[in-house]
Amino acid sequence: MDQATLLNELQLTYPGAVAAVQTAGDGIPTLWVEKNHARDVLRYLKYRHEPFKTLFDLTAIDERLRINREGQPASNFSLVYHLLSYDRNEDVRIKVALQGDYPVTDSIVDIWPSANWYEREVYDMFGIRFSGHPNLRRILMPPGWSGHPLRKEHPARATEMGPFQMPEDEAEQADQRLQFKPEEWGLTGTGSDTDYIFLNMGPQHPGTHGPFRIVLALDGEVIVDAIPDIGFHHRGAEKMGERQTWHSYIPYTDRVDYLGGVMNNLPYCLAVEKLAGIDAPDKAKVIRIMMAEFFRISSHLVWYGTFAQDVGAMSPVFYMFSDRERVFSIVEAICGGRMHPSWFRIGGVAHDLPRGWDEPVREFVRYFPARLTEFHKLVMQNRIFKARTQGIGKYTLEDAVEWGATGPGLRACGFAWDFRKNRPYSGYDQFEFDVPTAEHGDCYDRGVVRVEELRQSLRIIEQCVENMPEGPYKADHPLATPPPRDLTMHDIETLIQHFLGVSWGPVIPPGEAMVAIEATKGINGYYLVSDGGTGSYRTRIRTPSFAHLQMIPLMSRGLSVADLIAILGSIDFVMADVDR
Amino acid sequence: MKGIILQTGVALAILGVLVAMSAGLIWLERRLLGLWQDRYGPNRAGRLGLLQVPADMIKIFTKEDWAPPFADKPVFIAAPAVIMVTVLLSFAVIPFAPGVAVADLNIGLLFFLAMSSLSVYSIVLGGWASKNKYSLLGALRASCQMLSYEVFMGLSLMGVVMLAGSFNLRDIVEAQRDLWFCVPQFAGLIIFLVAGFAESRRLPFDLPEAENELVAGFHVEYSGMKFGMFFVGEYLGIILISALITTLFFGGWLGPVLPPVVWFFVKTFAFICWFVLIRASYYRPRYDQLLSFGWKVMLPLALLNLAITGGVVLAAGR
Repeated sequence: MDQATLLNELQLTYPGAVAAVQTAGDGIPTLWVEKNHARDVLRYLKYRHEPFKTLFDLTAIDERLRINREGQPASNFSLVYHLLSYDRNEDVRIKVALQGDYPVTDSIVDIWPSANWYEREVYDMFGIRFSGHPNLRRILMPPGWSGHPLRKEHPARATEMGPFQMPEDEAEQADQRLQFKPEEWGLTGTGSDTDYIFLNMGPQHPGTHGPFRIVLALDGEVIVDAIPDIGFHHRGAEKMGERQTWHSYIPYTDRVDYLGGVMNNLPYCLAVEKLAGIDAPDKAKVIRIMMAEFFRISSHLVWYGTFAQDVGAMSPVFYMFSDRERVFSIVEAICGGRMHPSWFRIGGVAHDLPRGWDEPVREFVRYFPARLTEFHKLVMQNRIFKARTQGIGKYTLEDAVEWGATGPGLRACGFAWDFRKNRPYSGYDQFEFDVPTAEHGDCYDRGVVRVEELRQSLRIIEQCVENMPEGPYKADHPLATPPPRDLTMHDIETLIQHFLGVSWGPVIPPGEAMVAIEATKGINGYYLVSDGGTGSYRTRIRTPSFAHLQMIPLMSRGLSVADLIAILGSIDFVMADVDR
Repeated sequence: MKGIILQTGVALAILGVLVAMSAGLIWLERRLLGLWQDRYGPNRAGRLGLLQVPADMIKIFTKEDWAPPFADKPVFIAAPAVIMVTVLLSFAVIPFAPGVAVADLNIGLLFFLAMSSLSVYSIVLGGWASKNKYSLLGALRASCQMLSYEVFMGLSLMGVVMLAGSFNLRDIVEAQRDLWFCVPQFAGLIIFLVAGFAESRRLPFDLPEAENELVAGFHVEYSGMKFGMFFVGEYLGIILISALITTLFFGGWLGPVLPPVVWFFVKTFAFICWFVLIRASYYRPRYDQLLSFGWKVMLPLALLNLAITGGVVLAAGR
């Protein structure tokens, strides 16, 4: 469905609702909707004959300093709703212009329950209030924070603020604010004939995989309700995107999903390339795919081991980590770095493959399948493991679509939807691989999907090594940063480009583009707004773990504390990916 | 008079050996786990990392003796002592070799069962006195688990008692001269192993401390030597269960060529290593699964074993 069709349809249904249309760099139909019609239009889109069932992302842009906004309605803050339909493989982006310094708009939590955390994040970051939101409070920043970080007037560096001080009474207040008050969350603390225990799990707890807090209302050991509390790992990655140049932001992306390594570079570089109009050469594409799949293996191995450990097994994690070391030694041989090589560049990759790179890769392809078989016996076929994970933490496909679950969490519900297959990027359409699925959507099935993905990734890597194309590893384009090395040595134009790219940073033409990829934990997307500068005007990182953590109460109610730990393990999240 | 001095000497020697063994187990367990988990384990302090044990001891003895201000102090302090005392007392009835035992009780086995029942107090009181929700959950799990598993632990041993015709552990060993009880009482052995693991709260039965879920469960608030007592108590428990398996099912000190006491320790050592291997290879079941396994599988099995053994003994007319 194209932009014009949708525009016609909306104009017929809600005359006067659409304020403008916009041509986005990524080709996603983008419509500006009047603020007072936004709820109606969004509800209509969710329930129309060809529905957009998933709220893929909800974010905002502080437009007050933006220069290049031709054709867009006047706006101080723009809300961006990104809707997705898996069935038709279509997107639509709805934008709402808001006026005023601290605008107020209507919440859509009653339309999409998953909007809850997204609206809290927008409130936290921009100060935009949502009337009708059940519990509009800060989500990423600490409760006592003053200011809203993604507003343009908020400083981006600590050095722009006064010296940091935390006198004792203030520290005590900060502690007090972290005290859990059940009534703030609509909990009473008593059931029909019992008083509940409120158990504070985290942010320092061995089972929460990072600084993640979850407050449990317990009846004995049965979870009556769970309140996830995030933000302890927030480092302002989106704000840093506005401060860094397009090029120098790449290392920050590595650390968003810190187990994903260069997999994080990929959506960012693809989005910048889309804005700049660069098409990476074939060799760069294949190298990118190969490295990304290595990181999928490495990330899934961490999940495999820690999941087994969450269910009580001590040993598997050591076997998985020692194989992860093998992956890292290959990554190190090729990229130089291990966990965060920051190796992709705008227009290609940092270097050509080193001489003899294929031997360790082939060796690994030969070695790994036997180990996977062994792991399968060790973990997936264990009876206690099965008893602990089967039927636990279940959700249906409808829930998954509704709440924005992606990646293995979606495919475990029996829905073969993989970005690499359904919207091939970076040349994935040239590879043969299967999209594994499972049927029950429980902890065990999420595991089944990931375990099979390990094999499929290995298959892709094998095809990469057998069919590595010849040619340049970086695009011959003025905005490729840094430009191809051999050209800079012989060609004054390219040398100047190199100089500008290094001293200022490349100047990317104005525009907006969203690129999402099938990352290790689900769909990871970068929505970049360029205002024609050397850095991004707004960097939005849509991470899979954020959406998944919001589903924890749904998955864990009525189960026990031990089950919750298994659920957390099966989601496969890292807090850096949630909090950014 | 001379007899009393000798007896005291034996008792002290046993105590010394046990404490030294349980300290050595710290090193042994970590090295064995390292071996099975493709890593080294402690190998820095001294040859083969053997100085790890004194280093750990020095550390744990010199740590600040601290109790959280909100804890119930007297109970908090008494709880770790209870486990040490009960486990050490249980060793009193174990015959290490002919004549080498602290007490030659004619109700030795009952004494062991009584002591192991008492040791659960240590866990429950420790968890309760800590006034920490994780400790409380751990203590609740412990009491439930140990009460359920004690029932068939006792029952699983009655087959041995029937065959030997005595509760005295020395007589039980002597009764195995022709055939170790692990053969006629194979079912009893399996049931006792499961119950023994549950009693010593080791994986897969470490639910009371389940680090992934309850951080450290009942001893989450303990540190320094008070924690050390729980720790050593756990290791002593492993030695105790291993020694009992040896005594009750594998002929105790009986064996050719080597002196009896050596045989006893060789057998016990094998079971200790086996304990560690199990820890390295098992998953942790959930609380309710553990209890239903106990009551629905192990208890009927123990009763069945008891009935069949009784029938056979009766038929044989002994």
